[in-house]
Amino acid sequence: MGKFVLRRLGVMLLTAIALTFVVFYLTNLPPNLEKLARTEGSVRMTEEAVQDWIEQNGHSGSVIGRYGQWLGVVPGWTYTDEKGDTRGRCFAIGEDAANAPRYCGLLQGDWGYSTFFKKPVVDSLGEKLAATGWLMLAVMLVMVPTSLFLGVLSGMREGSATDRTLSTFSIASTATPEYVSGVVLVALFATAATGISPLLAEYGLIEPKKTLFLASATSAMDDITFWNFALPVMTIALYGIGYIARMTRASMTEVMTQQYIRTARLKGVPFRTVVMKHALRNALIAPFTVIMLQFPWLLNGVVIVESLFNYKGFGWTLVQAASNNDIPLLLACSCVAVVVVLLTQLISDIGYVFLNPRIRLA
Amino acid sequence: MTASDTWDPSQPILEIEHLSISFFTRLREIPAVMDFSCTVMAGEAMGLVGESGCGKSTVALAVMRELGKTGRIVAGSMKFKGRDLAQMDDEELRHIRGSEIAMIYQEPMASLNPAMKVGAQLAEVPMLHSGMSKADAWALARQIVADVRLPDPDRIINSYPHQLSGGQQQRIVIAMALMAKPALLILDEPTTALDVTVEAGIVDLVKDLGEKYGTSMLFISHNLGLVMDVCDRICVMYSGEAVETGNVTEVFDKMRHPYTQALFRSIPLPGADKNARPLISIPGNFPLPHERPKGCNFGPRCDYFQHGRCDETDVPMSHIPGDDRHDSRCLRWQEIDWSAPSAAREVKEKAEIGQVVLKMEDLRKYYNVSTGAFGGGASKVVKANETLSFEAREGETLAIVGESGCGKSTFAKVLMGLETATSGSIMLFDENVQSTPIQKRNTDTVSQVQMVFQNPFDTLNPSMSVGRQIIRALEIFNYGASDADRHQRMLELLDLVKLPRAFADRMPRQLSGGQKQRVGIARAFAGGAKVVVADEPVSALDVSVQAAVTDLLMDIQRENRTTLLFISHDLSIVRYLSDRVMVMYLGHVVEMGTTDQVFAPPYHPYTEALLSAVPIADTKVERKRIVLEGDIPSAVNPPPGCPFQTRCRWKSQVTPAGLCDREVPPVQMLEGGHQIKCHLSREVLATMEPVIKIAAE
Amino acid sequence: MDFLTWTGTAGTTLLPVLQLAVVALALALLAKLIFVLAGLDTPRLPGPDGATTGRSPGDMAGIAARYSFYAALAAILCILAAGAVMPSPVEAGILGAMAVRFWPVWLALIATFVLSIRFRRKLGLYGKLFDSTVGMIGFAIVMFWIFTAIFAGMIATYDPFSQIAGLKNDAPGVAVPDGVGYGWYLLGGDHLGRDVFSRMVMGAREVLKIAPAATLFAFMVGITLGLPAGYFGGKLDTVISFLANLVLAFPVILLFYLLVTPEIRDTGIPIVLAALLFIFPIIFLCTLWNSRYYTNPPRRNLYVGITLLIGLWAYSGLAFNMDPLGIWSMEPNMLNVFVSVVFVNSPGVFRIVRGLVMDIKARDYVAAGQTRGEGPWYIMLWEILPNARGPLIVDFCLRIGYTTILLGTLGFFGLGVSPDSPDWGSTIDDGRKLLNLYPHPALAPALALMSLVLGLNLLADGLREESLKD
Repeated sequence: MGKFVLRRLGVMLLTAIALTFVVFYLTNLPPNLEKLARTEGSVRMTEEAVQDWIEQNGHSGSVIGRYGQWLGVVPGWTYTDEKGDTRGRCFAIGEDAANAPRYCGLLQGDWGYSTFFKKPVVDSLGEKLAATGWLMLAVMLVMVPTSLFLGVLSGMREGSATDRTLSTFSIASTATPEYVSGVVLVALFATAATGISPLLAEYGLIEPKKTLFLASATSAMDDITFWNFALPVMTIALYGIGYIARMTRASMTEVMTQQYIRTARLKGVPFRTVVMKHALRNALIAPFTVIMLQFPWLLNGVVIVESLFNYKGFGWTLVQAASNNDIPLLLACSCVAVVVVLLTQLISDIGYVFLNPRIRLA
Repeated sequence: MTASDTWDPSQPILEIEHLSISFFTRLREIPAVMDFSCTVMAGEAMGLVGESGCGKSTVALAVMRELGKTGRIVAGSMKFKGRDLAQMDDEELRHIRGSEIAMIYQEPMASLNPAMKVGAQLAEVPMLHSGMSKADAWALARQIVADVRLPDPDRIINSYPHQLSGGQQQRIVIAMALMAKPALLILDEPTTALDVTVEAGIVDLVKDLGEKYGTSMLFISHNLGLVMDVCDRICVMYSGEAVETGNVTEVFDKMRHPYTQALFRSIPLPGADKNARPLISIPGNFPLPHERPKGCNFGPRCDYFQHGRCDETDVPMSHIPGDDRHDSRCLRWQEIDWSAPSAAREVKEKAEIGQVVLKMEDLRKYYNVSTGAFGGGASKVVKANETLSFEAREGETLAIVGESGCGKSTFAKVLMGLETATSGSIMLFDENVQSTPIQKRNTDTVSQVQMVFQNPFDTLNPSMSVGRQIIRALEIFNYGASDADRHQRMLELLDLVKLPRAFADRMPRQLSGGQKQRVGIARAFAGGAKVVVADEPVSALDVSVQAAVTDLLMDIQRENRTTLLFISHDLSIVRYLSDRVMVMYLGHVVEMGTTDQVFAPPYHPYTEALLSAVPIADTKVERKRIVLEGDIPSAVNPPPGCPFQTRCRWKSQVTPAGLCDREVPPVQMLEGGHQIKCHLSREVLATMEPVIKIAAE
Repeated sequence: MDFLTWTGTAGTTLLPVLQLAVVALALALLAKLIFVLAGLDTPRLPGPDGATTGRSPGDMAGIAARYSFYAALAAILCILAAGAVMPSPVEAGILGAMAVRFWPVWLALIATFVLSIRFRRKLGLYGKLFDSTVGMIGFAIVMFWIFTAIFAGMIATYDPFSQIAGLKNDAPGVAVPDGVGYGWYLLGGDHLGRDVFSRMVMGAREVLKIAPAATLFAFMVGITLGLPAGYFGGKLDTVISFLANLVLAFPVILLFYLLVTPEIRDTGIPIVLAALLFIFPIIFLCTLWNSRYYTNPPRRNLYVGITLLIGLWAYSGLAFNMDPLGIWSMEPNMLNVFVSVVFVNSPGVFRIVRGLVMDIKARDYVAAGQTRGEGPWYIMLWEILPNARGPLIVDFCLRIGYTTILLGTLGFFGLGVSPDSPDWGSTIDDGRKLLNLYPHPALAPALALMSLVLGLNLLADGLREESLKD
């Protein structure tokens, strides 16, 4: 068991390094750096000035070296200009270079300085992650029980009317990406022009010109309420519900045709007990992996939904970092994303082993 | 239950009358069972025999009322202890299932819940049906597990099914069926998935338990020998109908239906010989359910068919006077001379055995496998083949016999060049091919060594037409100068395997199992193969087709003077067709010699047990019962010393004691080149008695 | 000119019917769910005569749901049909008028279905699709959008780029001032005063131009790499699988943000990727011919030659924009998007192919191929691949849907495609800023995209069902 986890951790580490390097390489391409120089310096800089700026701010040199600096395994850069002023990665202008640490990167806890938020990346990312954490939690709480329930319900009697109705629903919901379901949900519940809000206003259930749900989740940053949080949560959950429910259904129908289910039935076990006691555990093994592997996709949903509903969480930050060429912030976001994805993969592997008695580590 | 209270034990336990079952698809109704009647008395064991698709399993499932969504009972009644099962509602059925009628299935692994402990699955039955407390139920489970002769019941009931071997799993399934002491036990091919020596143990157990608990049995099998071992009465089914029913001895000795007769003539019994007394296969094919002929279903394949009579009306069962409840569904049973020898018996000349074609010396094949999931854990060496030496001559049939894990398939792979041997040499026509993988062999060598595979449903590429597949083999073997040449040769090959030329354009799914196997044979002989490895070529086929395919193989061999390496676990067929036999156990050749030498004493203890385990469908044959303890050890973890020592009944006769545990026995050369790998002294070997005796007629 | 109503004159009678049916459907579904949970829907076992002994409350609710669904469907169809026969859009209503505009699509659909059902027994898996209701519905939706893309020029009422300032964000059915052109904006105007309906129709063309082709390329890459990885296993498999997992572990959005930017186009990375990915189909086809016909060199040379000629010609044009004849080319924007989508999709295909190969290679016919000395590529391409086609076709359909979603995502974030492109993703992006005030500009492309992906999913489901029946 220990050996297995170690091997997995090794592969994970390798993956993480490879992925962060790719991100680092792609974000630090020369055109991006030139763009950075012009935004940080001045838009009308000459070509030479741009090159000087890049050199003076430690963006020249080999990519691998700079990646090492960012990681914190290569000493940070320093640059002394003609006036004798020294600038460097590990200290601010004006500080004494001699007192500064030699290494300052990810491993030392220095994630860099966000050029967009104008503050250290760690500070700005922390609160955004917390906001997204709440969103994810709510999504999981809605998505997992609902989808498992629907999947088991439709899978236990394959081909029945219940099965067909629920399957159609699941297919429809997997066919609806977040940016579509978000738009549809807003149109239905959160505009004064269409959907049910005008109707409710007509019946006097809500104030005129108000909407049932809010189309923006910005207020949920401070205070989560049902009315500002339901739509973003539902938007993300809807896609996942369909997907996981389909997986659960497939797994359940397969289990229900197994011989041991027939054995149980022919032992005289009532149908309900057959489902609950004999089928369920076997049927949930496959969806568990699927749920865990949903995280990368959830991350996608989070980015879309946070942009759509203007909820300033991790996904929103990622979009801002990318569109504003904020290299340190984008790198940090990628790191977080990669780690989340890899951790869920590990958990899904280990969980699979524990759920499935047939696979026990030697 | 109420039924048991009012039921009179002298009445039948199960009485099926004129039962008809159909399956309904969107397109049509498919009748699966027609007008089926049978009676099972208390304590009686009824055998249901027939080829696949004859409806025997459908009858069993109908008794359990488990026909799925599409199956329906369209006529007739099934009275269990006087109450009609067909009329019961869900709740009543639930009380009967598992407590009064229990079922044992073909695949033990598949019929146990992988995520539940064995004990929990067993204890569930009494908890459900008699409201027993959990502790009592587990105690009972432990006791029944001991009853089915499983070692260490405490450990067993706390393990998961995958931690047990196939034989142990089947014992658990039997234990589960016995938990509620049912009045009727239905066994659906309970031993088909098991090895012969393991099967013998299970059969013994079922017989003993049946006597001990007084349970009636409905035993479904395709194996006539097995039915003779277990059952009192037999019912032979063909294409959805019972064609003959009666006492086992009466049906076996004086069958009164042409199908039963043909069935017996197509299975190899001791004394059959491929040259002097070839098997007689049943002509034609099993009719598909929606293509059944008018009148007698067996009519088109029957030797005694009379036009205008057998194909006119439905044939009823008629009673054979003088016998005990012996019925036959034949219009002409009184007119047929049942003792006449079969007409089509052509004596063939024995092929001449020529030069040595293939010679193996000290061949070893070891695998490195890593234990444990995900590639972790220590790696182990599996000795799949250990010092294999033999030679095979032109025109000779060498049979390789053994159960699962004995290394016979690995041997085939090494010979074919799909794997390379670890050490030793393989000489093929004076050319050493031992370490030459197939990609490096030249086309001649490749085309001269070919293989016929076991599973007919897997041997042909499902998305390529039959003709195309044979032509591809010809292309690869550089046969012919043009496409037309190869096409012509392909048609000739179809003739050779006695398939109509029109089959060239068919897709494999349009062919029956036997026909696919014929195409497989045609493909193997496309390049004029000199050595053919046949890996259980007929074991997945029905009995009546087996004979035809075996004979075809023999005919082609005789014509081409091919060396045939016939891999099989079925000793009856091996005895029928082979010239020499090699018996393998856990990678070792334990015995080798001519067929007569191997099938007569002195035996290797394993050969002796194997011979005794094979059921023989002949009342005149007397067999000594030797039931081996336990299962075949895993090849990953073989016992030290002699591989067979864990199950050997002769072990105590070896001096010094404990030698078998320590050393792998040497090969003893007996007279006539007969080899036995055993520590037993010649004197002890000489005391062995024959396992099979044919009573004088 | 007047505003158009949604349902025109027919609506006055049919609309209440529709409402009633929808409410009834919702109630029945709710009741059914409750009965199922309460265990009141146990199907009775059929008696010996085959008749069910009685209906449970659950069954009753199910039947009620089915009939109210049919009623709703009938009402909608009536509205559409009524609109189609009305003389002018005013009486026909918006729905009716749209139904009329789509006439070439209806015609083509009817022709396709009549022909397909007529000859379905001769058409293999495609023909069997028409045995499954789900599959037929899916196929109809997919074909609807394909024909829409083909006939987009005939269906669109206005130029998708022309702006009429007075119609900014106007509601569906608005009359165009001075009756220019068709006379109405059927689905209203967007924030620049362009016709939402025409943009949606032209958007179908944009989407269907890229998604299937990108998926096809992803399949070529995935198959060419997945076959050897699954067949040989070992180190090769470990390396390719690691790389595939690397791409799969990337959150797609992040990858898009990194790969689809104007800056990256300057560095030439998309061209490198294109050069790498576009070579796979050529490799695939050449190996395919060579492994099969190497016993017959003249024929082999012919096939491989033709493949190389056409393949390299297209390759030079698509990847490097250097086609001497100028027939094959792709604008840099498009190339960037296309390459990224192929790159993201290939590892998924790779994993599926690898799994299928590992399953099929244990079959006896593969061993038979090996024992007669076939080369590994013949076995992979001609023995294994054809027998993996069922799951691959199903996955192909699903993946086109997934690619459509990805393309939409790109558009939604304004990546890659030109800003005023009518493709559905960017139209949704344009519309979302004023979503809670004017939902219609975003809603139309959103529903279009959803229906296309739904159609593809249903089609895949139908195909899966039918291919399993073999």
